[in-house]
Amino acid sequence: MSTAWTIVVLVVALGISWRFIGSYMEAVYERRVNWLRFIERPIYRVCGIDDQVEQGWRRYATSLVVFSGVALGFTYLILRLQGHLGLNPLHQPAVTPALAFNTSVSFVTNTNWQNYSGETTMSFFSQMIALASQMFISASVGIAVAVGLVRGLKRQHSKTIGNFWVDLTRGILYILLPIAFVASIIFVAQGAVDTLSGSIFIHNPLDGFKQLILLGPVASMEAIKELGTNGGGFFNANGAHPFENPTGLTNILSIYLILLIPVGLTYTFGKMVGSIKQGLALLAAMAIFFFSFMAIGLSAEQHTTAAVAKAGITHSASGNMVGKEARFGASSSVLYNVTSTQTSTGSVNSSMDSYTPIGGLTAMGGMMLGEVTPGGVGSGLYTILLFAIVTVFVGGLMVGRTPEYLGKKIQAREVKLAAIGVLIMPITVLVASGIAVSISQGRVGVLNPGPHGFSEILYAFTSQGNNNGSAFAGLSSNTAFYNISGAIVMLIGRFGVILPALALGGALAEKGVVAPSLGTFRTDTILFCGLLVGVILIIGGLTFFPALSLGPLAEQLSHGRLF
Amino acid sequence: MLLIPLKRSLIIMVIFAAICGVIYPLAALGLAQGTFSYQANGSISRYGSALIGQKFTGSSWFHGRPDPYNPSSTGGSNLGPNSKVLYQKTKALIAFYESRGITPTQSLVVNSGSGLDPDISVSAAYAQAASVARARQLSTSKVDQLVKSETIGRQFGFLGSPYVNVLALNVALSKIK
Repeated sequence: MSTAWTIVVLVVALGISWRFIGSYMEAVYERRVNWLRFIERPIYRVCGIDDQVEQGWRRYATSLVVFSGVALGFTYLILRLQGHLGLNPLHQPAVTPALAFNTSVSFVTNTNWQNYSGETTMSFFSQMIALASQMFISASVGIAVAVGLVRGLKRQHSKTIGNFWVDLTRGILYILLPIAFVASIIFVAQGAVDTLSGSIFIHNPLDGFKQLILLGPVASMEAIKELGTNGGGFFNANGAHPFENPTGLTNILSIYLILLIPVGLTYTFGKMVGSIKQGLALLAAMAIFFFSFMAIGLSAEQHTTAAVAKAGITHSASGNMVGKEARFGASSSVLYNVTSTQTSTGSVNSSMDSYTPIGGLTAMGGMMLGEVTPGGVGSGLYTILLFAIVTVFVGGLMVGRTPEYLGKKIQAREVKLAAIGVLIMPITVLVASGIAVSISQGRVGVLNPGPHGFSEILYAFTSQGNNNGSAFAGLSSNTAFYNISGAIVMLIGRFGVILPALALGGALAEKGVVAPSLGTFRTDTILFCGLLVGVILIIGGLTFFPALSLGPLAEQLSHGRLF
Repeated sequence: MLLIPLKRSLIIMVIFAAICGVIYPLAALGLAQGTFSYQANGSISRYGSALIGQKFTGSSWFHGRPDPYNPSSTGGSNLGPNSKVLYQKTKALIAFYESRGITPTQSLVVNSGSGLDPDISVSAAYAQAASVARARQLSTSKVDQLVKSETIGRQFGFLGSPYVNVLALNVALSKIK
């Protein structure tokens, strides 16, 4: 019952903010909101940016790629040099080259896959300046790409899709910073720590228990970790750590922050193209998947796992509590983890590896559909728009008519770009997983034997290929093989979709709008939404079904056999 | 062609590192220290942190999750749902509690997600009440009463799960004469 209330409150809160944040973001990117102009203007001046000049998609993409390369180098250097940079109360030494490479790729691509434990690897300098600042930057880059693509859909006979530097700057200043600041104070009020002192030693007079408690600037990072759908925890335990996610309130706040921008962007999209219903159709498709996965996950975790049942706890009112915190219980844990895996966030408040096979499958499933349910900030919208193009193409094939989307004729070039963007992730993930299970360097890191071990590897590449960052954390992936292969998969998963999306934006911007006729397949209807759901399900589901049957499905069907 | 974006990238990277990596976290930290300094510094009392669990042993204390309670190494056990190791560990813990006359509920015998869980389920606290009362020569009803008064319900009536903070419960227990 309390779970139902939690969901109702979330839906109502998101429903209210959908409109407000959505139209606010539209005003930010259409440059009608200017209350931070006094900070914005000097930034452009120092960087030599003429904010009145727009870029074509090639220059937009070039700026984005060059900037991401610089961000990667900047992050890498800080991690390598952290021993000399100060703000290092626990005296962490330099991060090793392979791990620093993986980590900087991970934060620049908005993945936040972590092959390290924050508390024993990163200095506060690295946490704040290398990692937390990338949480803002990579999130803003993601939204910029989505906005660039939507401008392409909206404009006619235009050679430009916006200015990357302006979109990047405005996303950080007007959207991410103010919301994160307010949220960080709520986290602190509930018990998240925020201090520059490294640790405090306690000695309990009751029984003589001694403990070195690690602290840090956690709350400020926590807020942007959720809001930017980043997911990289200050501590290894991530959202399960009481200093990151102390109460039921911070748990639901985290879920709300994760969904706020991805959901709101569907309104922004609708407003930009002049029809909220177009955005609503996408949001409905996202919601159908989101709530289906949530329902399956919630019911799966109401049962204890095979191992615990065999040990003697066959019935438990609390469901599967392995790897879950008592203050959350099974249901609030599922709400958080499923939200986080449907949005490319990847933070967890409970151990994904210890979920029931079907519970773990729901997390993997959301990622395998391409992170569009509703997906990460910006990436969710631009990826589902690629699926929408494929959908109108499929619809066009059925009736033998040139497909259109929002009045733009979808021709060979657009379909090719959308197909590349949609297929690059599954290809990368399956090839990488195939290589990893075939060679000893891939198999050596597995914690749990049997089908679950296969799931650990498949999950790792699915998560990185979709820039999610959550893990079946039993896999020991801080090895040269996993650091390098993971970094490559993350780069392809990010830029392999961003570049086709921007190219598509550029191609569409040049086109004129054709007037809708009787034969036009309308894209703001239930029929379109249903077809879109079908396309997403067929592409993601059929591609990954064979792999899933070797992992979680085999485990579920093993009739309680232990491995 | 790449030189201009490269130069811009370098400058804007430094600017955003300063804004998002220095000014923002320090402003948030300053406000946090000014308004919620108890929470911002770890909710520390003379017994420890209210949010970080401790390992209680011996029959005169309430026990928490079977976690390592080492803040320098956080996270769950990551044992899978069909793991033999999980089965063996759980079985051994059940046997341990049964040898003390306790019928454990799940949260007493399986690891948490953080490895630092300060709380147990309400039923896990009641399950231990009689045994703790025996060890301290108190009446069971008095200890049951204590568990009841230390039970923390769902936040605002619907968020999360009801629980008992083990440290708070044991501190309260130590004050019973």
